[in-house]
Amino acid sequence: MDWLQIFSNSLSSILSPATIGYALAALGLAVHFGYAGLLNMGIAGFMAIGAYGYAISSLSFGFPWWLAILVGLGASAIFALILGVPTLRLRGDYLAIVTIAAAEVVRLLFLTTAFDEYTGSADGLSGYQGSFRDANPIPDGIYGFGPWMYTANEWWVRIMGLVTLAIAVLVVWMLMRSPWGRVLKGIREDEDAVRALGKNAFAYKMQALVLGGVLAAAGGIVYALDRAASPGVYVTSLTFFVWTALLLGGAATVFGPLLGSLIFWVLQTFLSNFLPALVQAGVLPFMSQIQAGTLRFILVGVALMLLVIFMPQGILGNKKELTFVK
Amino acid sequence: MRSPSPVVASPPGRLFRLIGVLIAALAAVIAVVTLTAGPAAAAEGDPYRISGNVQLDGEPLEGVRLVIDGPGGEQEVETDENGQWRVSVPEKDDYTVTLDEETLPEGIAVVDPEDDSPNEKDVTVGAGGRVTVNFFIGEGERNVTSVWDQFLQRLVQGLNFGLMLGLAAVGLSLVFGTTGISNFAHGEMVTFGAVAASFLVSAGSLALPLWIGLPLAVVLSAVLGLVLDVILWRPLRRKRVGVVQLMIVSIGLSLAMRYIYQFFIGGGTTQLPYSSAPKLAFGPVQLSWIDIASIILSILVIVGFALWLTYSRLGKATRAISDNSPLAAASGIDVDYVVRIVWIVAGGLAGLAGVLYAYYRPGIKWDMGAQVLLLMFAAVTLGGLGTAFGALIGSLIVGVLVEVSGLWIPDDLKYAGALVILIVILLFRPQGILGRRERIG
Repeated sequence: MDWLQIFSNSLSSILSPATIGYALAALGLAVHFGYAGLLNMGIAGFMAIGAYGYAISSLSFGFPWWLAILVGLGASAIFALILGVPTLRLRGDYLAIVTIAAAEVVRLLFLTTAFDEYTGSADGLSGYQGSFRDANPIPDGIYGFGPWMYTANEWWVRIMGLVTLAIAVLVVWMLMRSPWGRVLKGIREDEDAVRALGKNAFAYKMQALVLGGVLAAAGGIVYALDRAASPGVYVTSLTFFVWTALLLGGAATVFGPLLGSLIFWVLQTFLSNFLPALVQAGVLPFMSQIQAGTLRFILVGVALMLLVIFMPQGILGNKKELTFVK
Repeated sequence: MRSPSPVVASPPGRLFRLIGVLIAALAAVIAVVTLTAGPAAAAEGDPYRISGNVQLDGEPLEGVRLVIDGPGGEQEVETDENGQWRVSVPEKDDYTVTLDEETLPEGIAVVDPEDDSPNEKDVTVGAGGRVTVNFFIGEGERNVTSVWDQFLQRLVQGLNFGLMLGLAAVGLSLVFGTTGISNFAHGEMVTFGAVAASFLVSAGSLALPLWIGLPLAVVLSAVLGLVLDVILWRPLRRKRVGVVQLMIVSIGLSLAMRYIYQFFIGGGTTQLPYSSAPKLAFGPVQLSWIDIASIILSILVIVGFALWLTYSRLGKATRAISDNSPLAAASGIDVDYVVRIVWIVAGGLAGLAGVLYAYYRPGIKWDMGAQVLLLMFAAVTLGGLGTAFGALIGSLIVGVLVEVSGLWIPDDLKYAGALVILIVILLFRPQGILGRRERIG
């Protein structure tokens, strides 16, 4: 078993666009669920709209990368508005069902052959990163050390992703310390009490939904920057994985989503290298390498159950500030 | 071995377009005579062959003009009295075959709903050196069967699907009503029925006869419901875990279960015996005996379930708990016991739905339950969360809607249509058809 390779791959995933994308999406989800108490089960839909908004406006309309990204973020904000109007007045589990349904509708719209010309249907879209890569100021070459050796393009994706993440964290951190954030947490704890104080709870929840949705779309864009945007990615499983990452780190915290995504991806990468290696070494004689690859997803499900039951506040969360109040 | 009229006409053959079908046949003969004047690149002696048939309802169409373009130049050919045509081409390469629709009889067109330009086909002359190109010719624009007949066929299919969905959805609704759990793992309970059936009756494993194997699969599914209640849901009830936490636990369970199925049965699709039974025609509606059995069985089980829920002591207790759990407990109903029964019933019904769904799709796949989970939620929400009969009505509506909407929207969007309806319903009547206002909070 090549331990060096396994650990190198696992450590390398700390800086992968997938980790950064998950962290952004989980941060958006923290705004939705952790701070506003909104049960958004459609985070994959927001990510898909971000990624496809960017990809379609790049490919079909030839927008420069910054404008295309703005289109993706704007589309996600509009999606949040459309979703919020019918659902924010309803109880939590209705919101969960509607958001998961809406995300599935979005995915099916990208999957259908009816709009093949723009969406690429089942094949998805690729090759939309040209304008973004042209803007790369880093000269060609391979930089870094240890497990973190990347090409100029890979660094460019990672640096822009990290900058976005840093700005997002700063914005969320400042907002949650502001009066706006306190009202939001108040709505999570007791909506009627906040309403009695004369606050428009609906407007606050809508603002939180839009903010979180834009963050999730940014996550979707970063996630799609080094791969193709394909409808097979934005399935409900993606939503559940982001939830796992969020609950692992701590839902009502700013740094919890970051930590959760980091642990999630390092562990995923480790297991995806380690389990098949175990099979190859003959330690797990009763399964094939493909089965060993599936095993880690079973573990995600089990981990999610155990987390919610035994540590609902997450690693960084405060037990007193439980987010499952309703 | 060559056909009677391998016509290679000269490029100004556009004249033929003006000539009627009968005259075209004559012209073909003339063209044969002037063969040597045709384009030189593609000649009689070329080694490879593209050929085909043009027929309408089994009757050959004569004098239909086709243009074959590719290496060796453009060639034109007309069908002979048997509706056949063939050309010789010099290279094994890609060719485009275009059927001139103006040479078809009036009101006839090439039909292929999959294709935007059905009269144009790209073919590759492969290793064998010959390739066949057939065009599907039909009357009118596209549809061979009338819209009304299609509607009837889809309506019956939709009822079948809706009944199957109803079996699963009543369980989901009962569980929600009695425990407050939005059970995202219900789709996996549906899959379990299908996977268990596959394990019991497939030729590769136990190969039990259907009449033992399928009921046994349903029993196993009920046992799954019991086991889940014993090891997971009851301890969580005891721990007084909140409903949102329970929902996320069910999501974790759903993930774990679906990947456990994938672990054991892999990512492919397997079939149950008789899944490709021949279709019988009832007027415009075509059904296999499996479809008919599925519909009858669903109706029987649903009626039995409805009677149980309405008249039996346990059924009444279940409804009482759905209505007001503390009040039911105070009036001497053993809530824990009833909830356990509900899990068993929900598991069994979901398992049965899984078996029927495996025939309906057809096929067994590790994520088949997750595919209908949202439709079940749509059905339950449409009917009113927590009301069993509402779930039934909702399921029938969703099932019919999904199938019938395929008449107007692309088939791969038909599930999306049902989900959009779900969202719209929540705008106007969030409590659903049979639900009450107070539940929506």
